[in-house]
Amino acid sequence: MKVDTSKPLEYGTHENSNRIFGFWVFLGAEIALFATLFTVFFVLVNRFADGPSGSELFEIGPVLIETFLLLTSSFTIGLAVHAMRHQYKRAMLVFFGITLLMGLGFLGIEITEFVTYVHEGATLQTSAFLSSLFVLLGTHGAHVTFGFLWGAAIMIQLMRRGINPATANKSFIFSLYWHFLDVVWIFIFSFVYLKGLM
Amino acid sequence: MNFDLEKFKVHGEPLIYGAMISIALVSIGIVVGLTVFRKWGWLWREWLTTVDHKRIGVMYILAALLMLFRGGIDALMMRLQTAAPDMKFLDAQHYNEVFTTHGLIMILFMAMPFIIGLMNVVVPLQIGARDVAFPRLNAVSFWLFFFGAMLLNISFVIGGSPDAGWSAYFPLASLEFSPTVGNNYYSLALQISGIGTLMTGVNFIVTILKMRAPGMKLMRMPMFTWSVLITNVIIVFAFPVLTVALALMMFDRLFGSQFFTMANGGMDMLWANLFWVWGHPEVYIVILPAFGIYSEIIATFSKKNLYGYTSMVASMLIISLLSFLVWAHHFYTMGQGVMVNGFFSITTMAIAVPTGVKIFNWLFTLRKGRISFTTPMLYSLAFIPIFTIGGVTGVMLAMASADYQYHNTMFLVAHFHYVLIPGAVFAVIAGFHYWFPKVFGFRLNERLGKHAFWWIIISFNVAFFPLFILGLKGMTRRMYTYSAETGFGPLNMISFAGALGLAIGFVILVYNIYWSTRYMPRDENGDPWDARTLEWATHSPIPEYNFAVVPKVKSRDPFWAMKHDKQPLFEDPITKIHMPSNTGKPFVLGVVFFFLGFFLVFSMWIPAIVAGIGVLIVLAAMSFERDHGFYIPADKVITTEQKLGGGTV
Ligand code: HEM
Ligand SMILES: [Cu+2]
Repeated sequence: MKVDTSKPLEYGTHENSNRIFGFWVFLGAEIALFATLFTVFFVLVNRFADGPSGSELFEIGPVLIETFLLLTSSFTIGLAVHAMRHQYKRAMLVFFGITLLMGLGFLGIEITEFVTYVHEGATLQTSAFLSSLFVLLGTHGAHVTFGFLWGAAIMIQLMRRGINPATANKSFIFSLYWHFLDVVWIFIFSFVYLKGLM
Repeated sequence: MNFDLEKFKVHGEPLIYGAMISIALVSIGIVVGLTVFRKWGWLWREWLTTVDHKRIGVMYILAALLMLFRGGIDALMMRLQTAAPDMKFLDAQHYNEVFTTHGLIMILFMAMPFIIGLMNVVVPLQIGARDVAFPRLNAVSFWLFFFGAMLLNISFVIGGSPDAGWSAYFPLASLEFSPTVGNNYYSLALQISGIGTLMTGVNFIVTILKMRAPGMKLMRMPMFTWSVLITNVIIVFAFPVLTVALALMMFDRLFGSQFFTMANGGMDMLWANLFWVWGHPEVYIVILPAFGIYSEIIATFSKKNLYGYTSMVASMLIISLLSFLVWAHHFYTMGQGVMVNGFFSITTMAIAVPTGVKIFNWLFTLRKGRISFTTPMLYSLAFIPIFTIGGVTGVMLAMASADYQYHNTMFLVAHFHYVLIPGAVFAVIAGFHYWFPKVFGFRLNERLGKHAFWWIIISFNVAFFPLFILGLKGMTRRMYTYSAETGFGPLNMISFAGALGLAIGFVILVYNIYWSTRYMPRDENGDPWDARTLEWATHSPIPEYNFAVVPKVKSRDPFWAMKHDKQPLFEDPITKIHMPSNTGKPFVLGVVFFFLGFFLVFSMWIPAIVAGIGVLIVLAAMSFERDHGFYIPADKVITTEQKLGGGTV
């Protein structure tokens, strides 16, 4: 495999730069996916039936912690990529690990939130509003879960095989994915929670 | 877990038992045949694990042909049921299942995969590439499509097929009104194959944008490649909408959510909107590549370059944009107000303009050309007038006010078959005849090809023209029987005769494949049609590496320029060639997805979770795998080239 050393490692081979470009295209599809979910949410947002509304349900505290965790983890994955470019394997692994742990923390809070909602009688079956809320948040959460597993697999490969064009490429693509989830969360935070609390 | 065999059973009807028995017999036949001829290893090594875009393309086309027959038998059953008043061949439930699976299979598991198959075979060759950008992902796409299709197909004998129409409108498709598992199959089978399609979209966008041979600028790409690029962009933006719609449908049916329900704030029109935001572009996903195919064929057999290349590209771009802005013309009559209807009416009619531009371009390409009437060319020529009828009736339907009259009548059924059959089926058949010699190294027999052509073209009109009249007389769509007083009988009988004729045409077509495989002389130079574009510049059959030397493109129609203007294409010396190695994981992934889908259809949660974990394990295995492919050494390339006749270098 020819490696072009004038470029960052993750772009080093022809295949690698194709993969990165392909992932951007895939993110285009992901944008379409979340845009559809948001649209569904906006269409159904006021259809509470007999169930609770957003302002009765949401609490700002946990959501702020979730936001903090995800935003910071987006920063640490950036640091991991930075360390990767300098071939600092250990630092890269540390930042990568912190990122994933914060993702896990985010998931923990999200799941606790879901459990509380359900205890307050707000289930997927209660109203169209809640169905769309759970599916929108759940899709994002499922993406984070998948990201956690995927990131863990990449970390194992980094530990075993070190930083090479293949692992660098995967890590970089993972970082794009993680930033994307962060962006989606900002939309959820603003248009679901903040707006719902108003 | 309580295991309840009842829910797998479908109500006893001779037809279904017949289908069960024939499925069982065919499967046993395949297994026995493979064992007797010791072909299992061959099947696995050469096909099930292949990552070669040509072989994947061939598998797509084979699967699509099979599905054409499955969907065709559905069509015949429907036409038989309505051939005369008060027929008792199918009951109402069965008729619903048949028209639903017919529509689904024809569009999602026949037309689209056929096109994806052709694009797999042709596009890398047309742009002078060795493969697609992500060969293994390509195999994943194929197996997800294939097992999604299988999941839908078994619904007929296990548990019951979807019955709410291919558009599955709510509340009809809800648990309340469709309590069988049929629509669970709908949501899961389409979801699985849809993911595969989305991956194809990503793969081909990267392939076309990043893998072109040196010198092939965007505006030098062959028209088929252009149409495929635009189609894949549509796929990437439209399929996520389907993904969401199907997921919501699954949640409603399996987990009791309230998206499309009648109570608790649900909104059935939300489904109609989501479905058609995907569904209308989907129609263009199958029709734009057809435009590309016809452009190639018409240029080749007129011995001229394509007239109005730039306007061809521009019109496809405009069509693709508009295709996202017209979806609501599918439900004018569902009470959405005059302004909304007006907007969608205008955008819909606007599509006729770029389409008209294309038709005139083809006519100008033909003008003063040296036309040879080969089978692929005949289909292309027949396409023009027939598709125009479809288009004109479409504009009639696009007028919201008029639609109140034709809405949901046979007029509509006639219209969309007049668009889809010439616009997709004739195109893939034409493309099939055209590119067949490229892949297999010999032509299909022209005489048999023309026989099939005339059967198909004439019968098509006999089968569908009466439906326009029936529609205007007021025969509604999806009506499984009618009384003699309506007077619908004779025209329906004519239409049934047409459907039989179509079936005969397709049988001749398949017989032609068999006959030609045995008796047609083999081509020597890989260019049987004196064609223009790069795919003809390599040997037939195509060596696994496509081109021994990467071509250097200096104009549109580079192969023509090489043959007639002595413009060199292959200048570099032969060197070793890098190839991806085969893998069985995409196939396994498809199988695991199939089981995941199946268990979800029947709400068998524990097996479903196990299968879900299985999916993750296969994905992890793919991630951990280290595979750098292999090299074909230069001397081996040279021997292969000499054996094939050394045409390219
Ligand atoms: C080969 C000959 C074909 C015949 C004889 C045929 C016949 C029919 C008939 C009788 C119906 C149902 C009318 C009704 O009861 O409402 C129908 C529906 C339909 N057909 Fe075909 N068809 C053929 C090919 C195709 C092809 C090639 C496609 C697509 C590429 C297609 C797409 C559809 C669709 C989407 C529906 C609507 C299904 C629904 O109502 O949910 N058909 N066809
Ligand atoms: Cu439409």
